[in-house]
Amino acid sequence: MQDYETLTFKKGIKDGLPICLGYISVSFAFGMMAAQGGLPVWVALLISMSNVTSAGQFAGTALILTGGMYFEIAVTTFVINIRYMLMSLSLSQKVDDAMTSLQRWVLSFCVTDEIFAVSMQQKGNVNAHYLSGLMLTPYAGWSLGTLLGATATNLLPLGARTALGIAIYGMFIAIIIPPARNSRPIAKVIAISVVLSCIFKWMPGLNGISSGWVIILCAVAASAYAALRYPVHETEAQE
Amino acid sequence: MNYQRILISVFIMAFVTYLVRMLPLAIFKKKITNPFIRSFLAYVPYAVLAAMTFPAILYSTAGIYSAGFGLIAALVLAYHNKGLLTVALGSAAAVFAAEQLIGLLC
Repeated sequence: MQDYETLTFKKGIKDGLPICLGYISVSFAFGMMAAQGGLPVWVALLISMSNVTSAGQFAGTALILTGGMYFEIAVTTFVINIRYMLMSLSLSQKVDDAMTSLQRWVLSFCVTDEIFAVSMQQKGNVNAHYLSGLMLTPYAGWSLGTLLGATATNLLPLGARTALGIAIYGMFIAIIIPPARNSRPIAKVIAISVVLSCIFKWMPGLNGISSGWVIILCAVAASAYAALRYPVHETEAQE
Repeated sequence: MNYQRILISVFIMAFVTYLVRMLPLAIFKKKITNPFIRSFLAYVPYAVLAAMTFPAILYSTAGIYSAGFGLIAALVLAYHNKGLLTVALGSAAAVFAAEQLIGLLC
């Protein structure tokens, strides 16, 4: 129970800051893409503020620009974002029992890869105050980056823009590598998932499957294997 | 520009994305007790992030070589338990340096 005191709204805001910085560069690229495709700034901003996804809204916007059908837009968005279902399910076991339905409905709006990753890094359960802080800064960054990218398309030199494309992946690596050093099962989960993901990307015949499904398949296979082989014994009290 | 079509499309995107995120959180309010499912869900974050990062990281910059430099930088920094921002910006800096270098040589 002591964990609850330390996970305050303020700590959430602070933990959200690195995510926010990463988001500004990604959403900047999104703003540019939308503006270059001919969408007005306010539509680009509306998409960012109502979707808060990277790949999902990139693909959806590309479909809008190329005249995709509503059904096509719905299915594409669903498939690319289906990994969020797994994340929300995992997060549902991490949030504290005091969280109300209303809080769940509001906070689930902003479950992104990075916010999910940082939440799961915390010890014990996470509460609504912490989560709202953790979502607020990245949300602001996501919106601001879109606005900047759509209004001033060539603010950053090209070299800096392409280099920042790797930043979000650098963050993911910073999240998964340190625990893998101390836990063999986690290291195995990562290895299996990486190998599967590379097979899906490079194997002829399999590389037509959309990235949303690939992530689900790899994650389910690797996690199920590890759960059978190395069941987690609860050492930390989670109630 | 057909604003009606654009706004309906944006609404569809937002609605589908929200449902996918909201349903599991709203439905699973009790802690799951099954040990297999609990273990499975404990491993999911690592598996998801690993599958998202590899091999996509190699295609995230201007070229696969500069991305390779960035990947190595990220792995080394992360292995030494550096913070998220340090690793993120460190790998971006490595990519930037590599692209400048490649630009000079070619």
